[in-house]
Parts: sequence; structure tokens; C-alpha cells
Amino acid sequence: MEYKLTFQEYNEALKNDKLLGLKCLECGNIIVPPKMVCGKCNSTDMEIIELSGKGKIQTFTTINVAPEGREAEVPYTVVMVELEEGPWLTGNLGGVDPANVTMDIIGKPVIMKDNLVFAGDKYSAGEGASSNFHLVA
Amino acid sequence: MRKVAVVGVGETKFSGAQTKTGVELFSEAAMDALNESQLKQTDVQALFLGNVLGDFSEGQGSIQAFAAENLGLHNIPANRYEGACASGSIAVRDAFMWVASGFYDIVLAGGVERAATMGTPLATRTFAMFGDSRYEYPSGLTFPGVFGLLTHLYAAKHGIPLPKLKEQMAYTSVQSYHHGKSNAKAHFRKEVSMEDVLKAFMVCTPLQLHDCCPFSDGGAALILASEEVAKKLTSKPVYITGIGQASNGPLSNQNDYLPRIRARELAVEQSYKMSGRKPEDIDVCELHDCFSTAAIIAAECLGFFEYGTAGEAWLKGEADIGGKIAINPSGGLKAKGHPIGATGAGQVYEIAKQLRGEVEPERQVEGAKIGMTDTLGGVGATLCNLILERGW
Repeated sequence: MEYKLTFQEYNEALKNDKLLGLKCLECGNIIVPPKMVCGKCNSTDMEIIELSGKGKIQTFTTINVAPEGREAEVPYTVVMVELEEGPWLTGNLGGVDPANVTMDIIGKPVIMKDNLVFAGDKYSAGEGASSNFHLVA
Repeated sequence: MRKVAVVGVGETKFSGAQTKTGVELFSEAAMDALNESQLKQTDVQALFLGNVLGDFSEGQGSIQAFAAENLGLHNIPANRYEGACASGSIAVRDAFMWVASGFYDIVLAGGVERAATMGTPLATRTFAMFGDSRYEYPSGLTFPGVFGLLTHLYAAKHGIPLPKLKEQMAYTSVQSYHHGKSNAKAHFRKEVSMEDVLKAFMVCTPLQLHDCCPFSDGGAALILASEEVAKKLTSKPVYITGIGQASNGPLSNQNDYLPRIRARELAVEQSYKMSGRKPEDIDVCELHDCFSTAAIIAAECLGFFEYGTAGEAWLKGEADIGGKIAINPSGGLKAKGHPIGATGAGQVYEIAKQLRGEVEPERQVEGAKIGMTDTLGGVGATLCNLILERGW
């Protein structure tokens, strides 16, 4: 059975600040990132949808020790966002100095824009975009 | 299903970067286990070996076959297990099942890793492979980062002010280092103070250096045998009476439960159900404290403390020897060390030694009869628990 929304398609859209996901036509569940089957009911009857990219920060961490090859990126902040449509998504926090991110940021509304792209390394089989969330003014 | 006992244990010292190969490290641990069991190589019917990153740390794949041959276990079936940091535990669990089923009577299980040999940049990169490479790693999420996320989430969900949680976390490290100091096999053998922990380098917010386990080199090995064989070999068989294992996907897909780890709760439930034991029956537990918050979350998922209260319990001494439950008298991952493929087997080594009353007196849990292990691999992707009991 063919995969409905592949990483490559998802990634190409994400690079253009479009967040794609799947909507289950059996139970209405929204699935991001994409999967073979609905995470709630295992149905394969799903359609591709575009999500708003809006949500609220659930948690964060500012990383000071980089993996090999990403030393130039530190410090940077990783967040988990509860999207308006329900699912949680891991991404980055943009537009805020990583040194100044505190617990106060939890619960703040954010919108995804100016997404980042990890160019890839010898292990990663290519690049990967990352959702870049910005605080809503 | 037959009863299965641990009849021999062996473990290398867990350490920083060192020069022995993975095969050499595992062989040293395995010979100790074999000698202790009084069995011969020809008695061992199969090898179940946890090894995660041998390909990266020393360019060695299929280490299980080379280890078997090196040990004189000629031509036996040898399987390698990869469940990130839970690899050793899932190797032991599978070994248990094959003996319990009656297919084998005597097997060797364990694990080995040279995580420290890789150095911090490569180790940080390769450990990050146990998150989702497509949907998590592009953000730069590292393994400490996963627990940085969970720590802030834990503080928010339970309404614990971060400075208070940080104090609780720091104390889990103080306790671990204290026990590591008297463990001859431990990576770190020194005390740390609350002040040391709270002024150390910030690895990723809010986790400081001593909140994080080290990358370690080391190996651990166990001989498992059927009850019938065990009774002939030893007067102190340690029976594996409960096992549990479960899996999970990317961290963000676990959102209904976080910071609880659903796979752990399922694995724990399986272990208690199979053994007929309850959390209050456990005398000693080696749990997966890769980070301070990981210890707190684990102790709650294991049923030792209510959700949101484990950190406070640590401060009150309830998670120490002489408290409600003796947690990580070995020093745990933060002080004993974390050679990831070996860690779970090392936990079983510690519990077997504790139940037999054979660890250093400073950290012996007096009269311990029932012990438990808990190992977490990846972003809560692989969880495995074992319950062990005195057979005498």
C-alpha cells in the first residue's frame, strides 16, 4: 500500500513554510508528522491537509552542547508546540535570544514561519526542515 | 513456562574512554559470569548481546558473533540487540523467554558499549539517532534536550516552581554520586555537593552537568539457566519472575501522557502482573536515571511515588537505602555510568549482587529479597523492566 504523505513531500512543503498533515476520514483525527495509519483508529483512509502552523508552546529547552557537525548552531531553543488542530510538534523557537527563554514562555501562542533547514550530514540521508515557531505579538 | 534463574554474573568497571575493544570488554565480563556459574563454554547454547553503536565507536558490526567466537562459544547462535539505551535489558528479556519456553537450558546474555571512546560530539550525534531522524533531529534535538523538554513540562504540569524542582533534581545526583563512590565498578567515585551540582555547566536548560549521565565504556554479562539446571549449580539462584517491554514513537506523538512515559507504564504493569508483585514489595530498584528528571519520572511510573512527588521523596531520603525504596544503590547511570548497550545487563548484575548480599557494605540493601530493573531506550521508544527474586 502506498504511503499517503511521505517525508519528502512533507519536507518540501515545510521548507516553504507550509505544514502538511493528514486527516483521518474515519475518525477525524489529525496526524502530524505523517504516518501510514491514523494514530487513533488505524484507518488508512486519510486525506492530506494543510495546517495553520499556529499553536501554543508546551515546553522548551535551550541546547548548549551540539551534536557533531552542528557546533555553529548552539545555543538554540527546541520547543514542543500543541498545534491549534490538536497534535504536538517538535520544532525550534525563532526570534528570541535563546539565553532569555524561561518557563514564562510555556503556554504562549506561536506561529510557524521562516522555517529552518538542517542541511544533513553523512548519517542523515539528506536534509530535513524544522518548524520554526515565533511568538505571536 | 519454566522458571529461569541468573546463575552467574560478570561486569567490567564502567569508565571513560579506554583502549580495550568491545569484544575484549564483553569477553572479560562474560568469562567472570561463566566462571561464577561453574559452567563450561560447551554448555552455553546461545548468546543475546546488547550493543548499540559499535559500528560508530570502533567500526565493528556483528560484534555478537565475534564475541561468541572469542569466548570459545564456537558456532552458537548469537544475536545482537538494539533498543538504544535499553539494549542490554531487551537482550536479557529475550534470553529469559527462550529459556522459559524450554528451547534452551543455558544462555549467555549481556551487553557492551564504548560510548566514551566516541567523544562527546560523536556520542551526542549518535545518541540523537534514537529520536526521530526525520521529524525531530532537524530541530537539533539532542538526548539531554529530550529530558530538558520533559523537565520543563514536568514543572509546568505539576505546578512545581523550577528552582524547587532543580533542588530535588540536584539531590538525586548527590545521592547517586554518594553510592557510586563506594562501588568499585562505578565510572565516577567521588562525592558531589548540592552546590557543585547547581553551579555546574548548563548542558541544556535546565539540566546541568551532574544532572546528566556520562558516556561510558563497559560490559556486563549474565548466565541464565532453567530452574532444573540452576538448582544443580548454586544455592543462591536469582529468579527472574517478571518481565515487561513496550514501545513508543516520536516524543511529540506521546503527548497524551507526557511527561509520563506510556511505554514504561505498560512494561511496568506487565512485570508486576507476571510476578504477582506490587511496588511496595520491591526492596531495591535500579532505574534509568540518564538525567535527574528521568529518575523522578521513572520512580513515579514504577509506582513507588505519586505523580509529582518523587523529587520531594528523594529529598526526604525515601528513595535511598533505608527509605521506602532503595533506588540505584549502584550509583545509577549518573555515577556508575552508562555504557548504553551494557547498562540494562549491568542493572541486573547489581540486583543479583544485592539479593545475594555481595556488594560493598556501604551500599548494601540489608535483607533485600526482591529487586527490579528499569531501562529506557530512545525518546521513550523502548522500555524494559525485570523483576528478580531470591530463590532461597
